[in-house]
Amino acid sequence: MAFMGDTMNPTPLWQNGPSPGAFYNFPGNASTIAPSRHGVQDFTAHSASPITTTTTVIGVKFDKGCVIAGDTLGSYGSLARFRDCPRVMKVNDLILLGCGGDYADFQYLKDIIQQKIIDERCVGDGLQLKPRSLHCWLTRVLYNKRSKMDPLWNSYVVAGIQDGEPFLGAVDKLGTAYEDAVISNGLGAYMATPLLRDAVDKGPLDQETAIAVVRKSMEVLFYRDARAFQRYQLGVVTAEGIKITDEELKHDWSLAHMIQMK
Amino acid sequence: MSSIGTGYDLSASQFSPDGRVFQVEYAAKAVENSGTVIGLRGKDGVVFAVEKLITSKLYEPGANKRIFHIDEHVGMAVAGLISDARQIVETARSEASNYRSQYGSPVPLKYLNERVSMYMHAYTLYSAVRPYGCSVVMGTWTDYEGPQMYMLDPSGVSFSYFGCAVGKAKQAAKTEIEKLKLGDLTVKELVREAARIIYLVHDELKDKQFELELSWVSKDTKGRHELVPRELATEAENQAKQALADIEDSDEGEM
Repeated sequence: MAFMGDTMNPTPLWQNGPSPGAFYNFPGNASTIAPSRHGVQDFTAHSASPITTTTTVIGVKFDKGCVIAGDTLGSYGSLARFRDCPRVMKVNDLILLGCGGDYADFQYLKDIIQQKIIDERCVGDGLQLKPRSLHCWLTRVLYNKRSKMDPLWNSYVVAGIQDGEPFLGAVDKLGTAYEDAVISNGLGAYMATPLLRDAVDKGPLDQETAIAVVRKSMEVLFYRDARAFQRYQLGVVTAEGIKITDEELKHDWSLAHMIQMK
Repeated sequence: MSSIGTGYDLSASQFSPDGRVFQVEYAAKAVENSGTVIGLRGKDGVVFAVEKLITSKLYEPGANKRIFHIDEHVGMAVAGLISDARQIVETARSEASNYRSQYGSPVPLKYLNERVSMYMHAYTLYSAVRPYGCSVVMGTWTDYEGPQMYMLDPSGVSFSYFGCAVGKAKQAAKTEIEKLKLGDLTVKELVREAARIIYLVHDELKDKQFELELSWVSKDTKGRHELVPRELATEAENQAKQALADIEDSDEGEM
């Protein structure tokens, strides 16, 4: 019945006229002024921007493990909206995961990771996911999402113990992945990286100095980053296991009045 | 069986004139041929013990396990056709996982049991399928409800139990379980009892080799289902063997 054309969407009977079976749209009518976007919606534009965001997460490797830290503020744009958004998570006895960026996206992936860990335990062979494997898995997930033009708006820091050795790796929302002794994202990449690199370059870092330099970095970030918060989580992973503590900065703004903005 | 050859046992979707569904009864028979499985619900947790019969010496030790993890907090011990049981395990795992993803909390055993029971029951309704040839025991321990245990039959019927037994020697095992004060015993004590009962009801003449599988979920394991640590398991097993030897000695003495 090709001679009938497209019977589901018939062409108008005459120029600017009604389609067969449809009402005539009078010129100047509200529905004719606003261009009808029906059927031509752009379905490829998905999450072009994050909503509730968290800021920097930093990580540093020391001789026997890794430290990571991230504050607990969930910002809604520049509004400090949520004050208790934990984002340093224990994955298993070998892996700590930290996350910055869209908090909902993190929660989504967190649930998936936790179910992965349960599924693995169900196998019952006593084996555990290792940090390098989780890091690689994250690159696959994030890269796939970004290739669909629908990225998970996060940057992740994977810290852990891989076959007795410390492991520290990062993955961002584009699927870009690398391993380094020092990792920080967002504003922290500019403000904390130099501090942390200095400490690492001075020679082998022990746990205490590593924690101290991470605390210092969190303080600097709190003063300089308008999306930072005084409460943060500090996670340490070593061969002995994982410890996550809640920390709070003592801040002092008494110098603030001396700073002149010109 | 007088009913064989009457034609009413060919399909799970047809009753016999006296109101029975023979396919479901045959499925129950398949379970009765399997090694004994017991579940004990004590004061602070649930203990599973399985007499896993070894049908060939060529199997590796620990092959064809009959105790499974369903979720962090739920364990399952199975009797009957192992391949059927594994499918039930898979179903239960996905139910538990779905519950977690939808409600963000561990699945309550009551709910999980209901879902798995409905699934098993569905296989007793149609002529195109056969019922599952396995019985399963599920157990958990939670802070707010304490220990819980359910046993589920091929018919899709399930009950909550203090103590249950299924498989070859279920009658003998039940009699032994009834002697226990289940409400007063801790899981550590129950592990020994469970091991003893499995060794006691094992028929050495018919089935030579077997492996004892032990698992628990209790307050001490923080509500996580785990295999009983090897040290404790071997200790319980040795005590069971000793208890059995003592009985045999005293029997000879009487003669």
